[in-house]
Amino acid sequence: MNTHPSHTGFTPIAPRPSPVRTTGLVAWTRRNLFSSIGNILTTLFVLALGIYALPGILQWGVVQAVFAPDASACQAARGTGACWGVVAEKYRLILLGRYPFEEHWRPVLATSLMLVGLVVSCIRVFWKPWLAIMWVGIMALFFALMGGGVMGLSPVRTDLWGGLPLTVLLATVSIFLAFPLAIVVALGRRSNLPAIRSVCVVYIELVRGVPLISVLFMASFMFPLFMPQGVSIDVLTRVVVGITLFAAAYMAEIIRGGLQAIPKGQLEAADTLGLSYWQTQRKVVLPQALAMVVPSIMNNFISIFKDTSLVTIVSMYELTGALSLALNSDVEWRPFKIEAYLFITLVYFAFCFAMSRYSLWVEKQLSSSKAR
Amino acid sequence: MLFQLLALILVVLSIGFLSHNTQVNMAARGIPSGFDFLGAPAGFDIGETVIPYDPSQSYAVAIGMGVLNTLKVALLGIVFTTLIGVAIGVGRFSRNGLVRGLCYGYVEVFRNIPVLLQLLMWYLFMLEVLPPSNEAWNAFGGFFLSKGGFSMPWPTAGVGWGWVVLGAVVGLVAAGVWRRHMLSRFERTGQAGDRLWAPLALVLVLAVVGWLLGGMPSQWDLPEQMAFMVDGGASATPEFLTVLIGLVTYTAAFVAEVVRSGIQSVSRGQTEAASALGLTPKHTMRLVVLPQAMRVIIPPLTNQYLNLTKNSSLAVAVGYPDVVSVANTTINQSGRAVECIAIIMLVYLTTSLSTSLFMNGYNARSAIKER
Repeated sequence: MNTHPSHTGFTPIAPRPSPVRTTGLVAWTRRNLFSSIGNILTTLFVLALGIYALPGILQWGVVQAVFAPDASACQAARGTGACWGVVAEKYRLILLGRYPFEEHWRPVLATSLMLVGLVVSCIRVFWKPWLAIMWVGIMALFFALMGGGVMGLSPVRTDLWGGLPLTVLLATVSIFLAFPLAIVVALGRRSNLPAIRSVCVVYIELVRGVPLISVLFMASFMFPLFMPQGVSIDVLTRVVVGITLFAAAYMAEIIRGGLQAIPKGQLEAADTLGLSYWQTQRKVVLPQALAMVVPSIMNNFISIFKDTSLVTIVSMYELTGALSLALNSDVEWRPFKIEAYLFITLVYFAFCFAMSRYSLWVEKQLSSSKAR
Repeated sequence: MLFQLLALILVVLSIGFLSHNTQVNMAARGIPSGFDFLGAPAGFDIGETVIPYDPSQSYAVAIGMGVLNTLKVALLGIVFTTLIGVAIGVGRFSRNGLVRGLCYGYVEVFRNIPVLLQLLMWYLFMLEVLPPSNEAWNAFGGFFLSKGGFSMPWPTAGVGWGWVVLGAVVGLVAAGVWRRHMLSRFERTGQAGDRLWAPLALVLVLAVVGWLLGGMPSQWDLPEQMAFMVDGGASATPEFLTVLIGLVTYTAAFVAEVVRSGIQSVSRGQTEAASALGLTPKHTMRLVVLPQAMRVIIPPLTNQYLNLTKNSSLAVAVGYPDVVSVANTTINQSGRAVECIAIIMLVYLTTSLSTSLFMNGYNARSAIKER
């Protein structure tokens, strides 16, 4: 019974085939599109749908479309091709609203300044104390440029401000004001003092229970009644106050989530070290709590940016309102509103998508600091 | 203590200051106050109402119609949003790369565009792209879609159909009893009985029995193409469709994200342990993954339902007569801005608070039972 290879004659088994590639386009396609019969059928169905729909969309959006600002050509192509000419014709009105036409360089400059400031604030290297000073400067310059009345600029009333500058202004200012308010309210809701806590709870639940539009109605109809006689407040300010109060309630709930996640031991340790309440919050609790909720806060910022479109309903002409303003009064171009809507959709999408990508990046930065 | 007292005094003082100013201002401008105007006849027509309405009825009734319209679009919206949102959220885990990509694209596009803009675009689509109502698009003979809205066949109200409804209700009760019985048997003996097909069959069979008892009614109210419009059947106005479709497509993107993060929150070890115990993939999903995912999903899902309800207030922008829209007309007619805004806020607060109460109850049932 000797089965040792040297006695039976060594015959190696046939080599196994090399493993199937698991990287690269072909492998991805095989794994994700054609792995089973059901999968193949799904792929074919989706492809068929694409082949059915795409040519029509391309025909309408590109091949038959009119790109020149030529109303009669647009009229001729109506129904078969898109009229992108409406954007070429009206983009200044859509983006800048009712602002005096010959002064358009001012909102453009002011908005660019603000956007540069926002981009700079997003870069980690620049997270230094001078950033706050820079923002004070940017805001002062923005209002000086837009409002005029200084440096020989002709004054422009705030109800003439409109379009993208107004959208960016409303979003930025509301976010900047709502954030500190939200921190205070969130701390108040977690406070041991019953009176403070109940005030904060009532504020948060009241605001979160009603739609933004009712807050805006309040800002535009009721706010003038709240003020002492003889005091009148600009509609822009009223709307900013409304959006800020609304956004702060949502933000406070997000921050409260972060505060709740701080282990009690941290607070006890701070107490042991003899830190006062405010020292504990500022040096121990808030830095950890805020870092934890950055992704949700960013989502909140995105929704504030989108929510600024609602001020159209109380007759302010930000991006959405400026579009209606630009087209409703113009019989020649009014039929091509869909194309103009698609254009501002793209603007909104660009802003929101950039913000959500940035939020993902911040999240990654934060989790890399936690990784050991 | 002193600090609290100071804060309270500050709050009371500022509220007092604001309300004093309001009273002085209203007196100075001659604006009457109080809710007595609610009894006066409204005098304006409402585009569509759930129950019959007449302009000679009071403001209170008119606002009630608005509330019903809001509830109608919100309830239907929540149902459709859940269906579409869950489908897309699960689609992000599909084995098919194209389906995954499409679902991802859907979420990114729809949640990054303001909902007001989406509503305005859907409305424009309804008014510009759809055919006029004298040449409506027709599918399966009974479904019509045009600028005039959407129509579909609907059973004619009658005694016969009452029997069908009665049968279905009895079936539902019987199904509930059956499920309870099966559940208690499962807890006693560990034998899982059928808890899905038998109840379903019960409802269907009893509904058919009701149909037979009711004399086999066959009257359907079929919409028909008339010279200028589509008439008959159940119909929905373009405004209602706009609000419904706009809110559903927008909120579904958020619900999809909620569902996705819920499923992702169940660790892989759970799935692996389940298959080590010999559970089939179907059972793993139903008995292990979903119950745990539901805990993560329900609180944010509640928020999305509330957001949908609150966003339905944007209906005012496309002329669907929801409560905000009716109250807005009332403000313009009666000048009672303070009272009308208070009513709007009260309506939404009530719906928000009752929805979150209901969902909190459901959440408590599905939360971890710690012993």
